[in-house]
Amino acid sequence: MSKINELFTSKINVINVGIELFKDDILAQNASATHLEWSPPGGGKPEIIAALNKIDKAELAEKIEAANRLAVEKIVNSQPVLIGFDQAINVVPGMTKKTILHAGPPITWEKMNGPMKGAVMGALIFEGLAKDLEEAAAVAASGEITFSPCHEHNAVGSMAGVTSASMFMHIVENKAYGNIAYTNLSEQMAKILRMGANDDSVVERLIWMRDVLGPILRDAMKLNKEGIDLRLMLAQALHMGDECHNRNNAGTALLIQALTPFILETDYPVEQKREVFDFVASSDYFSGPTWMACCKCALDAAHGIEYSTVVTTMARNGVEFGVRISGMAGNTWFTGPAQQVIGPMFAGYKPEDSGLDIGDSAITETYGIGGFAMATAPAIVALVGGTVDEAIGYSRQMKEITTTENQNITIPLLNFMGIPTGIDIRKVIQTGILPIINTAIAHKEAGIGMIGAGITHPPMEAFEKSLITISEKWA
Amino acid sequence: MSIKVVIKRNTYFDSVSLMSLSTKANQIEGVEQAIIGMGTEMNKGVIRNVGLMTSEVEEATAGDLMIIVKTANAEQTESAYLAVEELLTNKNSAQAKSDIKYATIDSAVQGIPDANFAVISVNGAFAVREARKALENNLHVMLFSDNVSVEDEVELKTLAHEKGLLMMGPDCGTAIIGNTGLCFANAVRKGSIGIVAASGTGSQEVSVRIHDFGGGITQLIGTGGRDLSKEVGGIMMLDGIKALDADEATKVIVLVSKPPEASVEKKVLAQIKECSKPVVVYFIGGNEEAVVAAGGQFAKTSKEAALKAVLLAGIDEASINKRALNLPLIEEVRAKLSPEQKYIRGLFCGGTLCDESMYLAMEKFYNVYSNIQKNPDFLLKDISVSQEHTFIDFGDDDFTNGKPHPMIDPSSRIERFLQEAKDPSVGVIVMDFVLGFGSHEDPVGVMLPAIMEAKQLAEKEGRHLEIIGYVLGTDLDTPNIDEQVKKLVDAGVTHASSSTNAGLLAREMVLKGENHE
Repeated sequence: MSKINELFTSKINVINVGIELFKDDILAQNASATHLEWSPPGGGKPEIIAALNKIDKAELAEKIEAANRLAVEKIVNSQPVLIGFDQAINVVPGMTKKTILHAGPPITWEKMNGPMKGAVMGALIFEGLAKDLEEAAAVAASGEITFSPCHEHNAVGSMAGVTSASMFMHIVENKAYGNIAYTNLSEQMAKILRMGANDDSVVERLIWMRDVLGPILRDAMKLNKEGIDLRLMLAQALHMGDECHNRNNAGTALLIQALTPFILETDYPVEQKREVFDFVASSDYFSGPTWMACCKCALDAAHGIEYSTVVTTMARNGVEFGVRISGMAGNTWFTGPAQQVIGPMFAGYKPEDSGLDIGDSAITETYGIGGFAMATAPAIVALVGGTVDEAIGYSRQMKEITTTENQNITIPLLNFMGIPTGIDIRKVIQTGILPIINTAIAHKEAGIGMIGAGITHPPMEAFEKSLITISEKWA
Repeated sequence: MSIKVVIKRNTYFDSVSLMSLSTKANQIEGVEQAIIGMGTEMNKGVIRNVGLMTSEVEEATAGDLMIIVKTANAEQTESAYLAVEELLTNKNSAQAKSDIKYATIDSAVQGIPDANFAVISVNGAFAVREARKALENNLHVMLFSDNVSVEDEVELKTLAHEKGLLMMGPDCGTAIIGNTGLCFANAVRKGSIGIVAASGTGSQEVSVRIHDFGGGITQLIGTGGRDLSKEVGGIMMLDGIKALDADEATKVIVLVSKPPEASVEKKVLAQIKECSKPVVVYFIGGNEEAVVAAGGQFAKTSKEAALKAVLLAGIDEASINKRALNLPLIEEVRAKLSPEQKYIRGLFCGGTLCDESMYLAMEKFYNVYSNIQKNPDFLLKDISVSQEHTFIDFGDDDFTNGKPHPMIDPSSRIERFLQEAKDPSVGVIVMDFVLGFGSHEDPVGVMLPAIMEAKQLAEKEGRHLEIIGYVLGTDLDTPNIDEQVKKLVDAGVTHASSSTNAGLLAREMVLKGENHE
């Protein structure tokens, strides 16, 4: 029987695109109808629609589909394991004593915003490359310092992302694919280097982290031969109510629980061990960077698959938002202006005080947690300015722009739906739905620090540029 | 400047709620600065920095809630503070829906595996892409949108044909599939007659007449107005005929269209020859000989098409109210019209209804003008000015550009009606009122005031103005046809019982003996 004749004897089930009245009429006749939340693809821009149509041609579309399936398979199957801690100079590829890594796509000292400049100056003092802020600014501008994105060194950095040679790094190995990812240690919250603060208290903390916290963690992990399976722990943290970008209460408890026996076995004085535990207890953010390295490790495994339109990096330097896609191997960044972060702020601060979106932490959303897993963290829905229902809505909506669900990491509230995984630039442009990012807000001036948290989105421009490029290159 | 500081002892709010509250408090009218926070050292530091430190604040502990509101004057402070209190006590009770919503056809198909149809009515510039997506997802498509190029139509229909799917439209938004009307359609009885139509209101008319004559419909497939053009080549009409031929429930097939392109007509007639079921062909102004030669049943009017179909479907002829023309009424109106009142003005929402009346007029008069005339000599030079016999299709692009179709919003022809009613050379104004899914909820109602006004004006000027109204609809439609007809008749309008009768009545009423003009 032909499909048309099959239709004659089937119950009509309509997908309605356009005039909503037609859906109501169909429902009134006891047939089924679903109205699409449709908007013109590419915002209705003819050149974007033309590019979409170009890559939609059957032969290329099949290649893209196959490449994207492979990309998400790698993301889902990645098994990032924390295997140790060490100083950046010893482990991070390409690191030198005069290298400063930063968040987001490449940027020069002159163009950096306040928080990033503040962090760079603080790091130069911390490294002994400058004695005060004035000298630090001069050194930064001298051309002697190599500035480079964390992402181009298998690393990620929270907020300003500023990472210098002697800072201690997480070392996370992908047991499934062998690649390694790095990120530095959490300074905990508020007035800290990664938020652009750089006074004595900030540098003193960094020194303590270098001399006490880092070595203890390093030596503790030397005793842990198996490493810590971060994917399992991440899954558990989500079940305990974290979304692992802005809420890390459960994750931090789990991580320190796993580290504690080994810390105890090290030879450091009890007093110093006590300092470490107090530091971890001082804020729930201790595990925040850990999840970032975990996500980075999984996404790097999926980078460089020819014809894949899956996003492997979303990162911001406070001026520009940069996106990398799997099919454009290496360091091809597609950028647009960094956006404002909208959300509640600490008492005394106003939106006009906030710096623009900054940090590599959107790696968590790129992987499918953070804003994408808002439904797991009802305790912080106020951060997204809304209700639990809205938080659930965000997680569901992100499925519209992703390739698959990661069944290794699930959301209990959504019947254990896997986290939305593998942002597809084609879907972002087709739907006009932008990835949602949960993030902190740094003060726009150097030296102040965190002043709030909220949600933001990448600029559509970055996705449009990548679409145009691939449509010219691949079609 | 005025500041109010309130310390609520031993009152705890978590930091996230406080940030949210602070943000909202700063948006309260008149507030220059509002700080809501626990009395931690960090928060006190901030308060010190902005110069709002007081001794009360200094004494607050981490377990105390601090509320500081700064405004221009004391009065404002009080109302702002009350608003802050409101925020603290009034939990966010807004209920947001978390129903599953889909943004694309791809994701909807994934979420709704039973989906088998897409109805697409977005702007023509985007519609093609959506229709292609739907077909690629194995959905049958009703493409309601207009402004779709012929090239795109051919591409989509070719794809549909290859995949064995229906691709209905563009430019004709009528279908009844499995007893469900899609877009513009009437509620008609289920029966044994299948319709394939390249005409929207034409197929609505035939389905409604079939219902009126006691018959019923299996499927009504609207192919799109251009399906029988040379470029499209009747792809969907041919597939539609085949599907109805293979459909057990269908006993009789009716084809409706404007005259097809010659080569396409040949293909369609060849398909009829292959068909195992009787096929009634109503191609407006079509050629009887060719149809009969192909073994088809020729119908000259929509009413005839419906009548032949129901008889072939086995309805007892004696049971049918054929609704014969009211000949005495024609005589009566002729007597009332003055010698100058020579012309018909047809004001239509339905393109095919307009066509049918126009073709009937053309059988008696040479001077029939329209905005949809095939013959360029009789195309209206200015569509806003009528000349001699004029038939206007308000659904044509010239009238609908940027506006809803007159079946949804009939207001576009009200003004024109009043203009025609003032013209002393006009004898008859004929109008259609289309009911059913997708249409205006009271098309007669919106026209009534203008009708009253015109009648009064004519009376004042001492002339008779004959208004003929045809309501396309069934007793099952909402609103009900009887209710709409009653409104017309009560307003002194002559009710025509079919599109065909409307055209015949108009034509006959303005005939002046043998001296036709």
